[in-house]
Amino acid sequence: MNAYWQCFSGIVLREWLRFVLQRTRFLSALVRPLLWLLVFAAGFRAALGISVIEPYDTYIPYEVYIIPGLACMILLFNGMQGSLAMVYDREMGSMRVLLTSPLPRTFLLCSKLLATSLISLLQVYGFLAIAWVYGVQPPAMGLLVALPALLLVALMLSALGLLLSNAIRQLENFAGVMNFVIFPLFFLSSALYPLWKMRDSSEWLYWLCAVNPFTHAVELVRFALYERFAGLALLVCLGLTGVFTLLAVLTFNPQHAALRKKG
Amino acid sequence: MNALDARAISFAYGARQALRDVSFSLAPGRFAALLGPNGAGKSTLIALLTRLYDLQGGDIHVGGHSLREAPREALRQLGVVFQQSTLDLDLSVEQNLRYHAALHGLSRRETGLRVEAELERQTLGERRREKVRELNGGHRRRVEIARALLHQPRLLLLDEASVGLDPASRLALNQHVRTLCREQGLSVLWTTHLLDEVQADDALMILHQGRLVASGQLDTLLHEQGGDLGGLFARLTRAEVAA
Repeated sequence: MNAYWQCFSGIVLREWLRFVLQRTRFLSALVRPLLWLLVFAAGFRAALGISVIEPYDTYIPYEVYIIPGLACMILLFNGMQGSLAMVYDREMGSMRVLLTSPLPRTFLLCSKLLATSLISLLQVYGFLAIAWVYGVQPPAMGLLVALPALLLVALMLSALGLLLSNAIRQLENFAGVMNFVIFPLFFLSSALYPLWKMRDSSEWLYWLCAVNPFTHAVELVRFALYERFAGLALLVCLGLTGVFTLLAVLTFNPQHAALRKKG
Repeated sequence: MNALDARAISFAYGARQALRDVSFSLAPGRFAALLGPNGAGKSTLIALLTRLYDLQGGDIHVGGHSLREAPREALRQLGVVFQQSTLDLDLSVEQNLRYHAALHGLSRRETGLRVEAELERQTLGERRREKVRELNGGHRRRVEIARALLHQPRLLLLDEASVGLDPASRLALNQHVRTLCREQGLSVLWTTHLLDEVQADDALMILHQGRLVASGQLDTLLHEQGGDLGGLFARLTRAEVAA
């Protein structure tokens, strides 16, 4: 058991060191959600009025509404980027080292997913801190309650990223991931607009959004930030994290990547 | 017990056969050179030996443990230096070593002792806090060897480890590994396409188009077949092309 703990803590420590040493990567990951918050949300504030909806007790400005979605966007980008790198060459060197560990491959992959998820949380809280200064201030206790929710979402999205990278040949570069995974997941969700608004314009779009795992991720975080419990979202996220992780581990095989290249 | 036994290994990328019925053994404390032109199947063999790829046909035993049946025990016996550097460039020498020790589940105390010993042995003690990025190619390779030996494997596998080094560093690295082999009783499998890295008393294997076309001690092979290593290598690899 001790060997497993040593291994896991070593993997987390490595991710932490890389995070600390590559501060520019951390800062650039914050630029995207901050642009959405400071520019997009400010511009759309007047156009998009949000009525009183759960978990909010009152009318809220648009900036408040999109904070959970933007927090999850950080996790979505990190999860997809990290997982893609696990499968293809950029990190293949370090993955080779990881895979020569005598500990089970399932354990190694899950440790890696968890470690990168934990580091992603630092970026999310960095973003939430800036948003706080900007004036979007969820309850302090909500920031704490949201921690496990954010971790679960980070894990779910990393596992989804790994699964998709394993399974889909066309996702060999990040542009493919942007077009076919990140944009659809993000825009067809409740990250930028409440689902009832979507339903007003299109019933089928509404249903696409309603079944999108990212919607449940955003709602889980939104409710947690306001110390409310979103049972369905939690169940969906827990279930999907389990399924995605299982399938991602089962389908992870560097040999497949090599066969694609040579084939 | 042999440090390494490869038994009837075959591997195909789809329709293309990369390895055909490759078998060889490596005795404890021996330095074995695996030679082959580009595309001979060396990288595939390394990927199989390190369990990056799953075996399709045959089996590999490392220190008597089957990669198929007891992969964890087999991997414990194996230290690897990959062709492309797999160090974290922005981490220090010591941080890289500690990460590897963690992957092998070593305790912190044990890690401290072994890191100390390996840094000493590879004469890297003074560089322990330097970032790997600041080291030259030869020293980086030494760090990778130190890392590969941290968990005290019986077999050290070096995949074209001298690629990219200047001639002096290349020679120094080769001699350094031979010293480890002699003094520590370590078995070494050294893959290369550079003939001058092989010595007369080395175990030699020549891989070509996925087949093992020669296997034995170099001086014995030359005695049997005549000529020098360059001639032998050219003859065997050309002959296969013609066939």
